[in-house]
Amino acid sequence: MTKRQTVSRVLRNIHGYKGKVVLSLALSAFTVALTLYVPILIGRAVDAILGAGRVDLEAVLKALAGIAAATLLGAAGQWLQSAVNLDISSGVVRDLRQQAFDKLQRLPLSYIDGHPQGEVVARVVSDAEQLADGLLMGFTQLFSGVLTILGTLIVMLRVDLGISLVVMLITPVSLVVAGFIARRTYDMFAEQSAVRARQAALVDEAVTGQKVIRAFGRERIMGERFRAINQCLERCTVKATFFSSITNPATRFVNGLVYAGVGIAGALSALGGGITVGMLSCFLSYANQYTKPFNEISGVLAELQSALAGAARLFELLDAPEQEPDGVLELRKARGRVEFDRVHFSYTAKPLIRDFSLGVEEGQRVAIVGPTGCGKTTLINLLMRFYEVKEGAIRVDERDIRAYRRRDLRRNFGMVLQDTWLAEGTVRDNLAFARPDATREEIEAVCRACHCHSFIMRLPKGYDSPIGENGDMLSQGQRQLLCIARVMLVLPPMLILDEATSSIDTRTELLVQDAFARMMKGRTSFIVAHRLSTIRSADLIIAMRDGRIEEAGTHDALLQKGGFYAHLYNSQFAGSGREKNG
Amino acid sequence: MKKYLGAYKKESILGPLFKLTECLFELMIPLVVAAIIDRGIVGGDRGLILRLGLLMVGLGLVGLACSLTAQYYAAKAAVGAATAMRQDLFDKVQSLSYTQLDRLGASGLITRMTSDVQQVQSGINLTLRLFLRSPFVVFGAMVMAFRVDPKSALVFVAAIPLLALVVFAVMLFTMPMHKRAREMLDKVTGKTRENLSGARVVRAFAREEGEIKAFGERNQALTGLLMKAGRLTALTGPLTSVIVNAALMALLYIGALRVGAGYITQGAVIALVNYMSQILIELIKLANLIVTMTRSLACWGRVRQVLDLPVERGSGKEREPLGEEAVSFEDVGLTYPGAGAAALTDISFRAYRGMTVGVIGGTGSGKSSLVNLIPGFYPATRGQVRVLGRAVREWDPEALRERIGLVPQRAQLFQGSIRDNLCFGNENASDGDLLWALEAAQALDFVGKAGLDHLLEPGGRNLSGGQRQRLTIARALVRRPDILILDDSASALDYATEAALRKSLGQLRAHCTTFIVSQRSASVMHADLILVLDDGRLAGSGTHEGLMGSCPLYREIYYSQYPEEAAP
Repeated sequence: MTKRQTVSRVLRNIHGYKGKVVLSLALSAFTVALTLYVPILIGRAVDAILGAGRVDLEAVLKALAGIAAATLLGAAGQWLQSAVNLDISSGVVRDLRQQAFDKLQRLPLSYIDGHPQGEVVARVVSDAEQLADGLLMGFTQLFSGVLTILGTLIVMLRVDLGISLVVMLITPVSLVVAGFIARRTYDMFAEQSAVRARQAALVDEAVTGQKVIRAFGRERIMGERFRAINQCLERCTVKATFFSSITNPATRFVNGLVYAGVGIAGALSALGGGITVGMLSCFLSYANQYTKPFNEISGVLAELQSALAGAARLFELLDAPEQEPDGVLELRKARGRVEFDRVHFSYTAKPLIRDFSLGVEEGQRVAIVGPTGCGKTTLINLLMRFYEVKEGAIRVDERDIRAYRRRDLRRNFGMVLQDTWLAEGTVRDNLAFARPDATREEIEAVCRACHCHSFIMRLPKGYDSPIGENGDMLSQGQRQLLCIARVMLVLPPMLILDEATSSIDTRTELLVQDAFARMMKGRTSFIVAHRLSTIRSADLIIAMRDGRIEEAGTHDALLQKGGFYAHLYNSQFAGSGREKNG
Repeated sequence: MKKYLGAYKKESILGPLFKLTECLFELMIPLVVAAIIDRGIVGGDRGLILRLGLLMVGLGLVGLACSLTAQYYAAKAAVGAATAMRQDLFDKVQSLSYTQLDRLGASGLITRMTSDVQQVQSGINLTLRLFLRSPFVVFGAMVMAFRVDPKSALVFVAAIPLLALVVFAVMLFTMPMHKRAREMLDKVTGKTRENLSGARVVRAFAREEGEIKAFGERNQALTGLLMKAGRLTALTGPLTSVIVNAALMALLYIGALRVGAGYITQGAVIALVNYMSQILIELIKLANLIVTMTRSLACWGRVRQVLDLPVERGSGKEREPLGEEAVSFEDVGLTYPGAGAAALTDISFRAYRGMTVGVIGGTGSGKSSLVNLIPGFYPATRGQVRVLGRAVREWDPEALRERIGLVPQRAQLFQGSIRDNLCFGNENASDGDLLWALEAAQALDFVGKAGLDHLLEPGGRNLSGGQRQRLTIARALVRRPDILILDDSASALDYATEAALRKSLGQLRAHCTTFIVSQRSASVMHADLILVLDDGRLAGSGTHEGLMGSCPLYREIYYSQYPEEAAP
């Protein structure tokens, strides 16, 4: 995205605050006018103080009253303007941040899987923050700067048209210089943002994996990796910060040159009798006042580059291609017929699922087995539409799943994964994640059935115990039990259990089994498991290898066949015989 | 802060000095102009006008040079200090105890290392560039005022403390608000991270709307806090201009009286008014900076909070093992800080080198807590843990961990190549070592295809759960540890792979004491010593045969996996 596009995007987002922008401008004009008026009043007061015995105290007091009024009004206006500017800038950034978060919900999982978490977070959090700073400064200083220029111009034009025109034409040279520097610093700030995002990704990874780093004594090496990127960040930050801060001195110098040049020319012309000394001095002081805001504006322009670089990265996230358009078909409660029809899929160029076909009847219990990496989890990714099939189709109740609304389709599946993700919040919040309206009684009943009631009650605050970000209060098995209870509370018509009990001990599992059996009754279920107890009772076992169905049938039939499945099954006991224990 | 700027002493002193020099040159320009008018034009000296004009250009050039130097020094000092601070923070996080890490939370640490340090950096930069200028100009103006008329200058003496009071009061009141806003920013960060890591679950339950709402609440709360702080800060400008203008009015009034009485001239009044106006201009600039200043102070407070944490790292010095004992627990108890009940109570056992120790027990029975005590991740709250003949606290923590290969429950990999990840345990491992470890961990088949240089995404997301788990096992094996801890690390492996793994680990026995934490009877039944845990207590210990006879809980676990008719 070019800088111009970024700017126009930012402006478009400000559009919703049109009224406030107008108000801010009006307030700005008001305060600038008052600020310019005060010196005039001071002048009047000074004119009334001529010398000993020649002081018009009444006129002085009148002027002072005027100053008092102007000051109070100006102060009020100034505060209001700041408040309005704050409203606009923080509002715009709040909106953008919200848009970014909303966008995250619509991005395909491939985006989320393929981008370091820390980097995405950096866009939503720090890039947005940078934009907020830039916008606030822009509003506060840009407006009043422009208005001060206009105000001074009017006063100057009234003094002398010709000389004013000269000053007016020459001074913008400083803006050209500022623009020249700004264009260059934008790229530096863009680089800085990119490096910063890489660093954020490393920080995120290091913090998440801190305990592993510790266990392997890798603190020093992680520290070195961080140092390398940190130094790279230092280099480009010094560069960007320094170059952007050249703007102000450089423009001030240009203005100084203009001032000196005009002074010399004016003085020479005064020698020749062209203008009077009084005119020259008046003219010089106005020229000075006129160039000051240019300086401020050029300073703001420089600082804005960093904000724009942040904004560009935020927009890049907002513009990332979204998941495929949603279907329109409603699916209230599926009957549960599922069909894979010659499905092909791959994450990369290398094909993973090849020509996969499978029909599952209503209420059937399907177990998927096979060596790790054979595509079991991928099938679930496809079924839930986390990823879209490349070829072929998956149908639920005889309709292509792409025809349904995503949320409807997903609501019809209850999913328990090996990855036991819980949100920050209380135990209760997490249980009621999918059904925030569940009553206390419902929740506790489900927890009793899943055998998590007793350990929850042993937590310091029972169901209201917080589960922290790192959540180490709970063991993996306990987390998994909570995930199971979370699904049981909803009881959707179809179930996906991907290693759902891998971390639960077998005794508890036996106890949960009952609840599981009741849950699966009459529901189409897909089970990925290594525990044979779960697999054996399945109506259909799919043995997969390299993304294809190697064998399919019931446990007994497949054992009898003595093929791939029988080999997998028998290997369970391969190392467990005590005679083989060397 | 002293430490960080101390490294840039030259820059942080010279920077502001150059800035002040530039300021002085700027102040000389009016004098030159006066000379042009008084001597050049009035004296009709064309040459002098040109020379003085050139002097102005010269002054401008010197000013430019000074100011560029000042900007460069400020940038260098600020960025340099922030870089060092960030590094220290990163290193510090790596030396915090697990307890401290759990308390600080991941998001809080991440915002501190990224956005907070960045704010501190802009705070330093602005301070060096502009903040020091203001007191200089304010006091300078006061001194000049005293030279003009000491009596009238007393107005300055009254106004300046008032101005300082306003600036400090605003900072004092907004500081806690900024602090709260930063904490809310942590929550915004946390929600975003959580949403990313839980994307599948959120979508599976169609909870996007709820997530958006929850984020919206935090986002709004953050915006609200920032606006509140901002509105209060915005008082600085108007308040200072009211004070300065009131002082101006006082000056004019007093001036009028004193001029009327013949003590001073009109010119003196003009001069006094000019000095006061200079203060006003300076303070307007300052008011614009104050948000940045306050916020960066609040951020510095947060950074310091982590930097100042006591290092709860073990202080032991021993680096060499002693005797034949591998691990022993004597009446060990563990209660996590803030937890209601003890995680472990009265655990005692003794394991010798080369033994395989199985740890089995129900969900949440304390299996992971037990093995976490061995590398000293958490200190035992009661009793004593001895590893390789020495109490854990006597060990140099690094030396101890170098001897332990841990495979955690969660298979955590890092961005980089497979080789990088495997070398975690031992940087100097040769390719042969790596391939050996991969083979022992049953990971050679899938790595073989991709090769050691295959790049992993952060967290190793481009691998399946089972593949990740096998790589973490290989990673622990690469260091050829004295003690290998497998904390339920085969849960994502299919039975065939697990069986093969168990077999290859069996061959390591001569060198290595192995702890196998599992709920699978098959995984622990041939261990030399099996510890059966129940609710943090030892329900039994011994061999498979012994426990089958003596420990009802063990029997129960066994039969839950090997229905009696199927038992060998």
